[in-house]
Amino acid sequence: MELNKDNNKSLSNAGSQLSVEREVVIKTDKLTKRFGDFIATNQITFEVYSGEIFGFLGANGAGKTTAMKMLCGLSKPSSGNATIAGFDIYRQTEQIKRHIGYMSQKFSLYEDLTIVENIQFFGGIYGLSDQQLKTKSNELIETLGLQKEANKLVNSLPLGWKQKLAFSVAVLHEPRIVFLDEPTGGVDPITRRQFWDLIYQAADKGITIFVTTHYMDEAEYCNRISMMVDGEIKALDTPADLKQKYAVSSMDEVFYELARGAKRNE
Amino acid sequence: MKQFITFVKKEFYHVFRDRKSLMMLFGMPIVQILLFGFALTNEIKNAKIVICDYSNDVTTQQIINKLEASKSFEVQRVVSDHFQIEKSFKSGDIKLVIVFPENFNRDLLHLNKAQVQIIADASDPNAANTLTGYATNVIRSYQQELSSNYSAPMQIIPEVRMLYNPQLKGATNFVPGVMALVLMLVCVLMTSVSIVREKERGTMEVLLVSPINPVLVIIAKAIPYLLLSVINLAVIILMSVTLLDMPVNGNIVLLFVESILFIITALALGLLISNSVESQQSAMLISMMGMLVPTMLFTGFMFPIENMPVALQLISNIIPAKWYYIIVKSIMIKGLGFASVWKETLILTVMAAVILVISFKKFKVRLE
Repeated sequence: MELNKDNNKSLSNAGSQLSVEREVVIKTDKLTKRFGDFIATNQITFEVYSGEIFGFLGANGAGKTTAMKMLCGLSKPSSGNATIAGFDIYRQTEQIKRHIGYMSQKFSLYEDLTIVENIQFFGGIYGLSDQQLKTKSNELIETLGLQKEANKLVNSLPLGWKQKLAFSVAVLHEPRIVFLDEPTGGVDPITRRQFWDLIYQAADKGITIFVTTHYMDEAEYCNRISMMVDGEIKALDTPADLKQKYAVSSMDEVFYELARGAKRNE
Repeated sequence: MKQFITFVKKEFYHVFRDRKSLMMLFGMPIVQILLFGFALTNEIKNAKIVICDYSNDVTTQQIINKLEASKSFEVQRVVSDHFQIEKSFKSGDIKLVIVFPENFNRDLLHLNKAQVQIIADASDPNAANTLTGYATNVIRSYQQELSSNYSAPMQIIPEVRMLYNPQLKGATNFVPGVMALVLMLVCVLMTSVSIVREKERGTMEVLLVSPINPVLVIIAKAIPYLLLSVINLAVIILMSVTLLDMPVNGNIVLLFVESILFIITALALGLLISNSVESQQSAMLISMMGMLVPTMLFTGFMFPIENMPVALQLISNIIPAKWYYIIVKSIMIKGLGFASVWKETLILTVMAAVILVISFKKFKVRLE
């Protein structure tokens, strides 16, 4: 497949240390979601490989969140197929849930619980043992440098820290794939950079990152990106190849090129 | 199981860290008991009454003096014309008319028996009930005084008539009503708000993506409120026994079991509401308007259901609190056992089951 060849090239371009035989962890086939007459996601077909940072881009209303919700099992597809970590999204939702992490658009930790309590709660519902929980939470708090704040309520933290914490909690149970829905909304550039450091750390551990974003500088950080326009995937490649293809110098311009023809405006 | 315990623990954190709600939860029943028990007491002072005295003799005079001496009454005027009775009531400020028939004294002396009629304005049934009670007491104590002076027993038979509301059934005991109200508020309002809050904050999505069983989410949410409600119940009963001298005549275990049944019904209702709305405000509004107001109106502890139009009486049947109120009154005040409340218990059980089934079915595992 031509697409695959491109990927090989791009991944080496991006300096990724992935092995050559790459396992497919997300595979969709004409996945579609209709709300009445409105087709939110129209027959999207793509593959995401293990350990990859996959950027899922598109303007507001392009259907990104809908697609992501179907992949996470939050929304039932109208037609089409998909497998996540090898499990079918219609029949094996329970197995899928065990192997994915999710960070929603809204900040999704409990504000009235302390950092440690949040870690223990989310670790607990993923079935981590007490021993694991203890090790993991110590590790996490140390990585984030939150030793002093560990027993403070989450709502006393600045937004950037909350986001980092939410991400760390989402990968606490070492999922195969983690879905990030606009994780850095409203966060300053420095914190965003730090956030991406965390993403790279997780990817190095072999966790596949599936991320939606509006920030084109973030798109540059991804191994591959897909661009959604009006519910369809209009482009899918490495950032470098996309820039080359459209003969532009930044992802911003690629985005304009592709999104210009969009009919949906929000 | 461990997942479940983790979840319940988290719910308790939520409940105990929300100081305002917690204060309201425990403050409300205490305030209500105190309010209903003391401030909104049924005791009536200086009620204006009219005496219609056809006999006008020594005895009636003595009784009138007694009535006047009591703190409860203020004798407005003494008339001897029954047309005055209706006129007095129509004027509005007269609560009670006491009618002595002709030959009252003579009957009492010769037949050892005389009748007195007490007519009350029962458009306010609670007041009417209380006042006729007071009047009867005054007359009875006078009768006892008389009897001790004479060898033959003297009998004055008060005949009570309720005007405007002949079927009067006074809701003198408000404690069962407060119990129904508090449990309803705690369970419906708090559960629905707490589930909707997760939706609003986006944490519900995270929970639904996680492997935890959604049914466990719901049950774990209900547990703290179940526990708080039982504590509230104990506080209410304790307060009414110690402060209001209200007895628990029946089996207290049965009372708690029935209460837990009602709590489960209310929790199910809260769940149903939370499944149907998207914001905490609407959850609160629906709980207040849809649950609290009907509970106050239709349980019968504030307004007698018997006086309502038939349509409203029929509606009152679908209010779970109505049945719970009957159960509590029977057990607590009348001291009856399960045999006399099994029908109401069955109705509540069916209600709880139906609401639970609907709400579990409606609970969205996927956010569409």
